[in-house]
Amino acid sequence: MKGNEALAEAAIRSGCRHFFGYPITPQTEVAAYMAKRMPKIGGTYMQAESEVAAINMILGSASAGVRAMTSSSSPGISLKGEGISYIAGSDLPCLIINVQRGGPGLGGIQPSQADYWQATKATGHGDFQILVFAPSTVQEMVDTVADAYDMAEKYRMPAMILADGMLGQMMEPVVFEDKEYVPAEKPWATNGHGFKRERNVTNTLYLTPNELEKRVVDRFKRYEIVKENEPRVECLGTEDADIIVVAYGATSRIVKSAVKSAREQGIKAGVIRPITLWPFPDKAIAAAADTAKAFLCVEMSMGQMVDDVRLAVNGKKDVHFFGRTGGVIPTPAEVLEQIKKIAGGVK
Amino acid sequence: MATKNMLLAGFGGQGILFAAKVAAYAGLMEEKQVSWLPSYGPEMRGGTANCSVCISDEPIGSPLVLAPDILVVMNVQSFDKFIDTVVPGGTAIVDSSLIDKRTDRDDISVFYIDATKQANANGLAGLANIIMLGKMLGETAFTTEEMIEKALRKCVPASKQHLLEPNMKAIRLGMSL
Repeated sequence: MKGNEALAEAAIRSGCRHFFGYPITPQTEVAAYMAKRMPKIGGTYMQAESEVAAINMILGSASAGVRAMTSSSSPGISLKGEGISYIAGSDLPCLIINVQRGGPGLGGIQPSQADYWQATKATGHGDFQILVFAPSTVQEMVDTVADAYDMAEKYRMPAMILADGMLGQMMEPVVFEDKEYVPAEKPWATNGHGFKRERNVTNTLYLTPNELEKRVVDRFKRYEIVKENEPRVECLGTEDADIIVVAYGATSRIVKSAVKSAREQGIKAGVIRPITLWPFPDKAIAAAADTAKAFLCVEMSMGQMVDDVRLAVNGKKDVHFFGRTGGVIPTPAEVLEQIKKIAGGVK
Repeated sequence: MATKNMLLAGFGGQGILFAAKVAAYAGLMEEKQVSWLPSYGPEMRGGTANCSVCISDEPIGSPLVLAPDILVVMNVQSFDKFIDTVVPGGTAIVDSSLIDKRTDRDDISVFYIDATKQANANGLAGLANIIMLGKMLGETAFTTEEMIEKALRKCVPASKQHLLEPNMKAIRLGMSL
């Protein structure tokens, strides 16, 4: 199944019945699939007049307590930024897909990871975070969707799956687990209740500074719990590795190929693959910084996640960076060359 | 077979992505790990299109094939671009009715077949891609005819099952060329 279609099917199986989007390459198959399926299962599919409209429709449906999803690619996510900030400020759960392409501006349509900063640090204005998941296979994208919804509802915050053009466009075999979706209680939802309770309100406007500060501080207390409990990471061969390569998403697959070759050539290399980008698995990286000799961060960008790797390593070891950008995909050979270069230096 | 990396390339509209899909599904039918990664965007709308397929016993690392074990090319642009990327000892299948060129590489096996002409001559117009796939099967045995047939059953839409037979005919024709 194609990555984009698999994402859409997984969302439907996780109880998503409201999809609002606007077409953009390379994620359009998500919307196309939803357009085909939603009418058949009593769901709502709407191609909005713009990304801004789509994300505000998500704000509305999330506020009513239903599982809603929107999907876009880099330039479209920028347009959604304002709405995402409102959703975060309203403490509402929803799922946003970003199938990244090269930027800035309209950029290109080939795979990229240049929206890491945007996803983890500045999706919109104001003090807030969203959950960011970075699957690396089509199967993992499928498995992530249900978790992303569950976690978004548990912590009442937006979740994003940060994919890229390669993951969206490629086909791989997938298995869908038969898990029935049981909607969670949402006492905060602004849905119809027949005057049986006090009305709920969705709001982000607080003109009294102390009141707004308290809301933000309370939200950040929740973020601390997320940071404590939810980071996810895959570590491969890190126990005895001299050089640890950190990469996420599609790039991590290329890195795994390179690290395998490095091992075959006698270089002790390992991989740390953050699966959640926020919360960032900084403890796993900090632990590895005690045993490894050097780090290499590989991204399809000019170096964005490398900032978080450096913060986690905290100056204990050198952190090198290698990246290709603009839609160019790094090759296993290029990564291997970097590993060899670093290995030459640390021996 | 540990991993077979394949690259199929030609014009948009020649059925490159479909032939690649059948190859990937054949791997899936054998319960191998597979990936299918197309070039997408403007190439698909009449320009040059290509598709990477990996079939492996192990989880697939990079799904992007830059050094194919098997190359199938159906236009001159793709021949020029990819013929030198085939790994030594690899195989290239060239549609000689569309590509009037030969490579001077002697470290790979190259098969020149006039798939498009043969398709038209045998009432299989539009199935040159599948003839090429048949040749690829015949020369590399990357899978079996049985798996290809199973794959075709999956890939040919339910409403077009009558096309299954011509597709199998094209596979067998490709194998015989």
